[in-house]
Amino acid sequence: MLEIRNLHVSVADQEILKGLDLKVNAGEVHSIMGPNGSGKSTLAQVLAGRESFEVTEGEIIFEGKDLLELSPEDRAREGIFMAFQYPVEIPGVANTYLLREALNSIRKYRGEEPLKHVEFAKFAKEKMALMGMADTLLKRSVNEGFSGGEKKKNEIFQMQILEPRLAILDETDSGLDIDALKVVAEGVNSLRSPERAFVLITHYQRLLNYIVPDYVHVLVNGRIEKSGGKELALELEEKGYGWVEEEAKKAVND
Amino acid sequence: MSVDFEKLAEQEYKYGFITNVEQEIAPKGLNEDTIRLISAKKNEPEWLLEWRLGAYRNWLTMKEPRWPHLTYPKIDYQNISYYAAPKKKDSPKSLDEIDPEIKETYDKLGIPLDEQKMLAGVAVDAVFDSVSVITTFKEKLAEAGVIFCSISEAVQDHPELVKKYLGYVVPHNDNFFAALNSAVFTDGSFVYVPKGVRCPMELSTYFRINAESTGQFERTLIIAEEGSYVSYLEGCTAPKRDENQLHAAVVELIAHKDATIKYSTIQNWYPGNAEGEGGIYNFVTKRGRCVGRNSHISWTQVETGSAITWKYPSCILEGDNSVGEFYSVALTNRRQQADTGTKMIHIGKNTKSTIVSKGISAGHGQNTYRGLVQIGKNATGSRNYTQCDSMLIGDKCGAHTFPYIEVKNSTAQMEHEASTSKIGEDQIFYCQQRGLSAEDAVSLIVNGFCKEVFRELPFEFAVEAEKLLSVSLEGSVG
Repeated sequence: MLEIRNLHVSVADQEILKGLDLKVNAGEVHSIMGPNGSGKSTLAQVLAGRESFEVTEGEIIFEGKDLLELSPEDRAREGIFMAFQYPVEIPGVANTYLLREALNSIRKYRGEEPLKHVEFAKFAKEKMALMGMADTLLKRSVNEGFSGGEKKKNEIFQMQILEPRLAILDETDSGLDIDALKVVAEGVNSLRSPERAFVLITHYQRLLNYIVPDYVHVLVNGRIEKSGGKELALELEEKGYGWVEEEAKKAVND
Repeated sequence: MSVDFEKLAEQEYKYGFITNVEQEIAPKGLNEDTIRLISAKKNEPEWLLEWRLGAYRNWLTMKEPRWPHLTYPKIDYQNISYYAAPKKKDSPKSLDEIDPEIKETYDKLGIPLDEQKMLAGVAVDAVFDSVSVITTFKEKLAEAGVIFCSISEAVQDHPELVKKYLGYVVPHNDNFFAALNSAVFTDGSFVYVPKGVRCPMELSTYFRINAESTGQFERTLIIAEEGSYVSYLEGCTAPKRDENQLHAAVVELIAHKDATIKYSTIQNWYPGNAEGEGGIYNFVTKRGRCVGRNSHISWTQVETGSAITWKYPSCILEGDNSVGEFYSVALTNRRQQADTGTKMIHIGKNTKSTIVSKGISAGHGQNTYRGLVQIGKNATGSRNYTQCDSMLIGDKCGAHTFPYIEVKNSTAQMEHEASTSKIGEDQIFYCQQRGLSAEDAVSLIVNGFCKEVFRELPFEFAVEAEKLLSVSLEGSVG
């Protein structure tokens, strides 16, 4: 579904990703871990299409299409969703309004009929119940006055509504207490399917107790230096990232 | 002394008149003769001609105000034509003949084809069975006793009403542009709602046939007798071009005891090109007098056009318990400028005013809110709520606020809230990541910002206003 080859990305003339490779197939859950500054969020933003990140080399193929050629909204319409690390507030714009417009925009792109107000409301209420969120949330402005945890839950709720092919969660677990974490995990797990793939970007292993990944990758110094199964996450938890960086250096020098 | 057309026609080009009387255009320039010409063309009574001349003589002694936060080249008042008969000959025969850019805008605004034809000036009998639509409308109004016609017709058919109320709210020496308008006004609406009558439908200029000129110097007068109600819609979302750059209209509203007047405006005059050249200057004096107890006047405006917008729809709250409201969305994009706001003058007791102003600046637009809330010494128990919000899109535009508060009664309650926000790149990207284009994102956010004002518009106008805002913001992102 997603193939990233030799990706080099710079921000303000500083190279952050230095030849990253990654392959994700439908039905899989991948976790990307790494120390601060390794480029995890950069990867997420580049996949979403943020302009301030410059791709200097490499390619990203999504479902056979050159992703770098697509605008952020077209990437979303192709089925890519990113749960933001720091979701922004949009005063004056009700949650329901944004989501309905977004969903219908995606449906239009796919040649489907837009959902009418009533149909959408019904659909949204089902998903809210799943996430244990109050109905009143729909009428509130996007993220306005939401606590950190509520914002993260709102991201997952939006993912439930938009039903993407590829969901990228950018440090969704940061700042969440155990209960919120469980709700978020439940939201993600309920969407797992053979047609869908997830990329979880996370700093801590804790989330992976609740959302069990198929693959774990370690991103250090702008590259994925090590990949493995879910046990790798536990190893990192125990030993930290240092040993991975050491191994990588040695491989270069040999 | 009146102008002898026969004699003039014989003298052909001596005075610069075109001999074909059907297409008469007065020579440029303003002097007493121009005014006499206008008055004569309209067959006006002597008192009105004298009123006009009085205004003109006043105007000559006045100086054009330069205090607004606006920049524009000096206006040459002698280089304007103050009267032109309607051009009926060159109307297009179908929509295929009009400027394709204009047609595109009509489509984007979702204007129904029939209405597009009317706007483009396609001959009425080629449009639709307009006769039946307008006839039904007129019948309903006649049944209710509501008078709704052009001001020129009102001068002929209801002179006593015009004489009583013309200048009642905006005397001709009120300000420079009002004086000019009083001297040379040629068209506008006249509405009279009798005692106790609730006008059965919203009145809009769309239904006022016999519309002559393009509203260069429009004069509108609306009178609501005791216990009556009327809602009036001015303008439309379709962009209008005009060779006449200066538009100095005057609107006077009079609400008697227990009466309500709701006046809504959507203005989308030609804003000029990307360099700010050639757009309309919209310098308007609008004022309402809540004469009677419990009367209510409400102004709602959506200003997206014109190169320069300069207007302060105001309310004079004389009657005890009277209410004045002002809801405004003013957008300045590219090189547009706006200095707009309101004046709420509290004279009676327990009077209440509400001001909600939303300014949106994009491109190099400069948007200024100027508001006055004045509480007179006898205005015991008066209340005002003012909310003044500015939104900036991009980093080359400006928003300015000049609130004036004068309170002479210690029992008054005043609330003032102001906010400035920017549409951040973060917010746009967030919406894009959800599947919306950048322009749709800006639209969404701006419409959310304007919600409180759009809510006050009659439904169809509100829908048009949202679309208009989206179209006006095109190109403001990226």
